[in-house]
Amino acid sequence: MEGGAAPPALRLDRITKRFGPLVANDAISLTLDRGEVIALLGENGAGKTTLMSILFGHYVADSGTIAVFGQPLPPGHPAAALAAGIGMVHQHFMLADQLTVLENVVLGTRSLWAPWFDRAAARARIAQLSRDFGLAVDPDAPTGTLTVGERQRVEILKALYRDARILILDEPTAVLTPQETEALFATLRRAVGQGLSVIFISHKLHEVLAVASRIVVLRHGRLVGEVAARDTDRHLLAEMMVGHEVPAPKVAAQQAGPALLRLDAVETPDRNNRPGLRGVTLDLAGGQIAGIAGVSGNGQGALADLISGIETPAAGALQIAGAGVSRWSPRAAIRAGIGRIPEDRHKTGGIDAATLTENAILENYEWPPISRRGWMRWPVAEARTRQIIETYDVRCPGPATPLRLLSGGNIQKLILGRVLEAAPRIILANQPVRGLDIGALTYVHERLLAARAAGAAILLISEDLDEIMALSDVIHVISRGRLSPGFPRGSKTPAELGLWMAGHGHDGARDAA
Amino acid sequence: MEALLDILLAGSFWAAAVRIASPLIFATMGELICERAGVLNLGIEGIMVAGAFAGWMAVYSGLGLWPGVAVALGVGMAFGLIHGVLTVPFGLSQHVVGLGVTLLATAATYYTYRLALPEVTAPPRIAPLAPLPIPILSDLPLIGPALFAQTPLTYLAFGCVLAVSLILYRTPLGLAVRAAGENPGAVEAQGLSVTAIRIGAVMAGSGLMAVGGAFLTMSAFDSFFFEMVNGRGWICIALVVFGAWKPGKALLGALLFAGFDALQIRLQQTPLGADLPYQLFLALPYVLSILALVAMSRRAQVPAALMVPFNRGER
Repeated sequence: MEGGAAPPALRLDRITKRFGPLVANDAISLTLDRGEVIALLGENGAGKTTLMSILFGHYVADSGTIAVFGQPLPPGHPAAALAAGIGMVHQHFMLADQLTVLENVVLGTRSLWAPWFDRAAARARIAQLSRDFGLAVDPDAPTGTLTVGERQRVEILKALYRDARILILDEPTAVLTPQETEALFATLRRAVGQGLSVIFISHKLHEVLAVASRIVVLRHGRLVGEVAARDTDRHLLAEMMVGHEVPAPKVAAQQAGPALLRLDAVETPDRNNRPGLRGVTLDLAGGQIAGIAGVSGNGQGALADLISGIETPAAGALQIAGAGVSRWSPRAAIRAGIGRIPEDRHKTGGIDAATLTENAILENYEWPPISRRGWMRWPVAEARTRQIIETYDVRCPGPATPLRLLSGGNIQKLILGRVLEAAPRIILANQPVRGLDIGALTYVHERLLAARAAGAAILLISEDLDEIMALSDVIHVISRGRLSPGFPRGSKTPAELGLWMAGHGHDGARDAA
Repeated sequence: MEALLDILLAGSFWAAAVRIASPLIFATMGELICERAGVLNLGIEGIMVAGAFAGWMAVYSGLGLWPGVAVALGVGMAFGLIHGVLTVPFGLSQHVVGLGVTLLATAATYYTYRLALPEVTAPPRIAPLAPLPIPILSDLPLIGPALFAQTPLTYLAFGCVLAVSLILYRTPLGLAVRAAGENPGAVEAQGLSVTAIRIGAVMAGSGLMAVGGAFLTMSAFDSFFFEMVNGRGWICIALVVFGAWKPGKALLGALLFAGFDALQIRLQQTPLGADLPYQLFLALPYVLSILALVAMSRRAQVPAALMVPFNRGER
């Protein structure tokens, strides 16, 4: 530190923010010193993003004050936060995709009434910053054409271009490969070396320990602990974050059953900006979990759509329990015994405005016992729903509640119940725990493992490598629509999988061959 | 075929095409600015009617021609303000508000007309803007009469395209407008006001639409009639799509449409016109425009946040 007299880079004092009955931030106070990296750790919904949105002026706190380098920050103005030297790298990038990198970076840095802007000077400055901080990116590329990692570099460049002294990164590694994460950490170290202060928001324990000197833990909107990174470990942090000890999922080894799902050199077309599948081959047996790792947007969507019957193979073959399929459709998939836990529970998982009962029977309303001779049997449907609510611990006022009134975790439990009660042979679990708190997450994992023990074949698609490595019997990596061979549990390190995620695995395999 | 060649080789044809294009150019640039900022302005048809009336009425009441154009601009901006306030901070449906503004502006115009001129049967005439031939250049064959012997308002229309291009692509203001139509969140995160940028763009664009309307009463013609705008506003919305939201291409579209329109009038006078019902000729520019629209706009990049309201602080 540079003497006791200098005020800290940032001081938050008793920040409180309510959304209706929910207290998102409850009297949170914290300080950030100059040249320091602190991590803000907490589960989804713990209030991390809300706190940073208040700091950046997207929301106004109900009470509490913020001081930046000793100066009070007026609430509710991103412009004021920017002027005070705060730069924010949002979780969902704030980039205009048809504009170039340069245009995105200089946006708002000049008076709107200035007659021209000096592109040459801006380009030179961006090049300088790119060199100084290790942020290579083409200034003239439209940001829509960049990879996710590159886009994040643009976000950081935006902050640095404005001479930010405090950098806030909201879940920056959620979309990165392990190698890209390393590069990001290197950039942050350079930034700290130049005297910047950094707040790093995450729920990934090992990253927090790797990058921060001090760790602040939030739980249910409260600050529950503050520790130096050298005085703690993953175990202690997890306990602080959740409030109790977190058992690791226990995956007992078990014999693979009969082959239930087989993809043989399947190709699907690209759709919009989403890559299709390129010669994907996959074998999945009963009683096994196949994990599909990869950075988002590399063909996971196409694979999930194929298995759930939305997409049909343009080439190659799809076999269910040894039999080839013809006339593949969502209905055919349901009839073939595929249970589907979709990636987006609001968009494709259910109908927000419909009741829990209606949502619970979406996949089997046409058949007895839910309907008979073309007539719905609502009492049966409702009894079925009550049973799901009870068995799967869906917290709700009752089966007549509209789905949208439930929290994400409870919607996911209802969908899980809908899927598992149909006793599927094959389960497609696409990001099954995204956005869930640890309680709900553990529950979903337990249920999937129980289904595995009962002999179901499970395809688990996730962008969280830790989740994949914890649960899967076999791990495949998907990259630009290509699927790696299956790696048995424990045979690859995260770094090795990271190479495949970045698309280098195939080259390596070819070199070795 | 020979008749067609005669038409195409006459300077008057090209002059007519550019004249017909002029109001479309103003209004298309206006709509383009609005849409680039993320707001679809369906008030265009009504704002053109209001502009046509306001400019003409101002001149009839004793103002000069250029002050009359300024009045039209001001009236357009006022309707733009209504549209902008309802669609931007209040986030109402841009379709509903736009059609509402068209109905409001049209009805208000007719109402004012009746109040101001309760007893006339034929609308009075004004002395419109006179052509201003540019020495030497206007003597060139074909392009002389087309481009250099028009009224000053036509020259201004071309200047407007240049100005819109320069502002959109070369100034911080234009960058902010384009970003607001792409990702308003990015604009806010850079400390700018999405609300101010979008309302400003809608007002400026609506002003240009009204000037486009005023061209009809103050340059192309010398009086105001009901039904005078006659769907030109809707054509301009299509022209923005045709131009893929780029000023230069939109200008090309306006000239193309106007060319077809000038052509069909002349084809009606040929022997062919005697054999075919005239409605077919009237439909020609629209049919050809639809074909061109389909061909041109398939790969156009729509502003990503077009018609997406932006609510601050929403989760």
